Amino acid sequence: MNIIACSVSPIAALALSPLLAGIINRVKAIVAGRRGQPLLQGYYDLGRLFRKGTATSSTTSWVFRTAPPVIFTATLAATCFVPFIQLRPAALFSGDVVVLLYLLGLARFFLVLSALDTGSAFAAMGASREVFFSALAEPVLFLCLLNIMRVNGTASIMKALAAPMAADSITVLLSALPLFIVLLAENARIPFDDPNTHLELTMIHEAMILDNSGPGLALVEYAAAIKLWLFSLILARILLPVPGSAPVVQLAVVVALIAVVAVVVGVVESVTARLPLLKVPQLLFAAGVIALLGFFINVTGALAW
Amino acid sequence: MLTAFALYILVIIGAGALGLYPLKRSNRQKHWPAVVIAAASVIALAYLAWSYRGISRDIVSELANWQLPFASLRAGIDPLSAFFMLPLLILAASCAFYGFRYFGSHAVDRSHWLFYSLLVSGMVMVLLARNAVLFILAWEIMSLSSFLLVIHDKKNADAMRAGWTYFVAAHVGTAFLLAMFFLLSLSAGSFDFSAWTGSQFSAGQADTVFLLALIAFGLKAGFMPFHVWLPLAHPAAPSHVSALMSGIMIKMGLYGLLRVLTYLTPFHAWWGMLLIVLGGISGLLGVLFASGQKDIKRLLAYSSVENIGIILMGLGLGITGAAYGSSTIAFFGFAGGLLHIVNHALFKGLLFLGAGAVIRQTGSGAIDRLGGLLKKMPRTGLMFFVGSAAICGLPLFNGFISELFIYVAAISGAVQPAPPLLALASMAMIAMLALIGGLALACFASVFGIVFLGMPRREMPQGAGEVPASMSWSMGLLAALCLAIGLGGLAVFPFVTRPALLFSGPAVAASRELVSLTLTISAILGGTGLAAALGAGWLMLLKRKRKAAPHVPTWDCGYAQPGPTMQYTASSFVSPIVKHFHLPLQAQETFQGDRELFPTTKWAFHSAVEDWPLTRIFAPLLRSLDRGFTLFHWFQSGKSGQYVFYIALTVFGLIIWKFFL
Repeated sequence: MNIIACSVSPIAALALSPLLAGIINRVKAIVAGRRGQPLLQGYYDLGRLFRKGTATSSTTSWVFRTAPPVIFTATLAATCFVPFIQLRPAALFSGDVVVLLYLLGLARFFLVLSALDTGSAFAAMGASREVFFSALAEPVLFLCLLNIMRVNGTASIMKALAAPMAADSITVLLSALPLFIVLLAENARIPFDDPNTHLELTMIHEAMILDNSGPGLALVEYAAAIKLWLFSLILARILLPVPGSAPVVQLAVVVALIAVVAVVVGVVESVTARLPLLKVPQLLFAAGVIALLGFFINVTGALAW
Repeated sequence: MLTAFALYILVIIGAGALGLYPLKRSNRQKHWPAVVIAAASVIALAYLAWSYRGISRDIVSELANWQLPFASLRAGIDPLSAFFMLPLLILAASCAFYGFRYFGSHAVDRSHWLFYSLLVSGMVMVLLARNAVLFILAWEIMSLSSFLLVIHDKKNADAMRAGWTYFVAAHVGTAFLLAMFFLLSLSAGSFDFSAWTGSQFSAGQADTVFLLALIAFGLKAGFMPFHVWLPLAHPAAPSHVSALMSGIMIKMGLYGLLRVLTYLTPFHAWWGMLLIVLGGISGLLGVLFASGQKDIKRLLAYSSVENIGIILMGLGLGITGAAYGSSTIAFFGFAGGLLHIVNHALFKGLLFLGAGAVIRQTGSGAIDRLGGLLKKMPRTGLMFFVGSAAICGLPLFNGFISELFIYVAAISGAVQPAPPLLALASMAMIAMLALIGGLALACFASVFGIVFLGMPRREMPQGAGEVPASMSWSMGLLAALCLAIGLGGLAVFPFVTRPALLFSGPAVAASRELVSLTLTISAILGGTGLAAALGAGWLMLLKRKRKAAPHVPTWDCGYAQPGPTMQYTASSFVSPIVKHFHLPLQAQETFQGDRELFPTTKWAFHSAVEDWPLTRIFAPLLRSLDRGFTLFHWFQSGKSGQYVFYIALTVFGLIIWKFFL
């Protein structure tokens, strides 16, 4: 196993992920006609939280206290499976996509349990919605990644994403849209969740972490940023328009694409409202149907470009 | 090897039978057979693990001469039997040791441990039997002794009803079993299993045998729609018996199916497809029904239906892969399905024991009335946490490894260019597995979160605390095994390859990939676990250094005093899921009172998820059958004279048959 190759992706995620929220917020501010916060606000916030003390609810147990490091580590470990630059992939094996998604599942399990540990009805309400939406998003995500693997003829997502991507395949394009919808759902963005409402009642992700503070909160927020980075990176890699070019060029294009994804998220957030909770499953279902269509087209060989 | 198991059976039945002997003993001493059974099982397990490598083919021997038509005491052990024997002995040991103190001061029938040892012996015999008559005999011992264990509480009408449902289901299954064995033996000319190997069945015969086996063994395995007895019987039995039944007894159905499949090579692709469809339905409906339950043991029973579904999908894909000649898919499908059988035995056994500990200490299994138990029962809570994480298939725990194998089989099938049907089936299976996995996470986050975290929702009984050490140790053994398989996947690798290769045919590439796969995963997961532990330690240190405000109330959005009753309940937690999947669940909600914004009358709300396959399909069907059978009542009048007449008639008939025909 190539340790350097394995650590490039996590290091990139650690270094660059807080930037995405800054881009999204800046785009939203510009659309709304404001100046907006600094691009690096995410880093400042994390630094401030890491320096702060913690106040822990007396209702909580060891589950609440161990959750932040587990959520952070599991999310970071998941980034190992998405190549940032085209080095020799670190760990190639069939079904690595399952490890990737189930590591995120491990993080979610701890996040939900830490919410329930506080005994707060708001946190539990957020947790309840979180598990429901992600249970529906999971098959869609699997289908999208499966399409990518099928187009490349490999059972390993790392190999598929590291390969010069066949972005000209209609199946890949039909996977990108559902993948973007899942990105919004899994990362608590509008139209699935609105982190900025004034009522905890209407939040999902923010409601779950109401009781976290200090370094614990910093780890959870950092993990959320890394997750957003991870999904953006997957999208960027499958849409990479310059397959097979020099690594430096690729690197620049991937970073630019990730920024583009963040801009699009910001624009979507600016022009749409949050969906009613009952409508969310329909949107995810529609995303699943699109991904399914991509799969059928690939299997039957119809519409092959 | 076989004599060792014969000795094992003798020892545990002997202990159980001696337990019947009435002596003036304290309650705890009354349960001494449990310790003997546990010790014997551990010894047998050690012996089996030690000699496991030597079992490469079916070692059959005739134990004794048996003067019964068509029958022979032919027993054997092969990789498949030995593989199922492992979880059986592990559970037999830990459940017996757990049961030693489980009853506390409650009076319990002295016969309890006899039935328990008969159940274990019955299962051991099922695994070893190599003759159809012996198999059916063992099968009946297993079914009847578990039936007697379910109805242990004769004053409890629900338990009796559950026992009755189970009894009927088990015997409908046996009827199909008889038909299947009869058909097999008729075609092969012998009731010995060895005669069936290599005998050529026509396609029609093989299909019929497969379908009969599916129904006969399905009724034991409890996949949809044959699951109806499961959610009734499991909660009714004492918890260590539920653990044994749910952990390994229902797997005997899968063993039977696999055993029959070994004689039906080559496989037909549609068998696998059928299993995938059945498994998908069981998995999805099982987890949905589980989410809707309010009783912790009923929930666990439905979750068993779900896991049987996952196993069926793995085995089904294995069959399909073998039929299409892809040894990688076949190998990973079978390996995943088989490993999930063991894994489910471990974590479901653990969860049932944990649920039993909760019920024993708090007197209630109603999820919505519990809460905050982690502080009162820290050890049980930790074990239940391990079980919950494992059953969700999360990395670091054993459920992940087996689900990963099944996924690998499905992904290999889905990315293959041809045949399209295999790709589509694999793709559907992946989507289904992902959905089931997500819902299982919701379900078990809810159970653990509501029961063990937060604040107690009701006043706990006086002195409710941790369970006795022997019970904790039993759970600890299972939890340790869950973690060991989850972290050291490589160590279980040799245990699962041999039985999987029985079905998949030689799969050199696949088994080599399995090594690299488990190695990589172990490394990654070990690293993750280590990093997480370091992070947790760092956070603790940080907290100590900064002298943080340690005790603050939960932030409840400005509300000063959040109380226990304001907490979310499990019903509210899963209500989006239950509402969204209304069509397959048919959840019922009833309101009483006026539905004004400020109600003036008293208000009542009730919601329940009933088992509609039972109440709407099987119950009416059985009731009409019951009415039909009343026609035969004259035959069973209850007068002894009539029965003597029947006996005389039979003897007379036999004499005529013997001497005149």
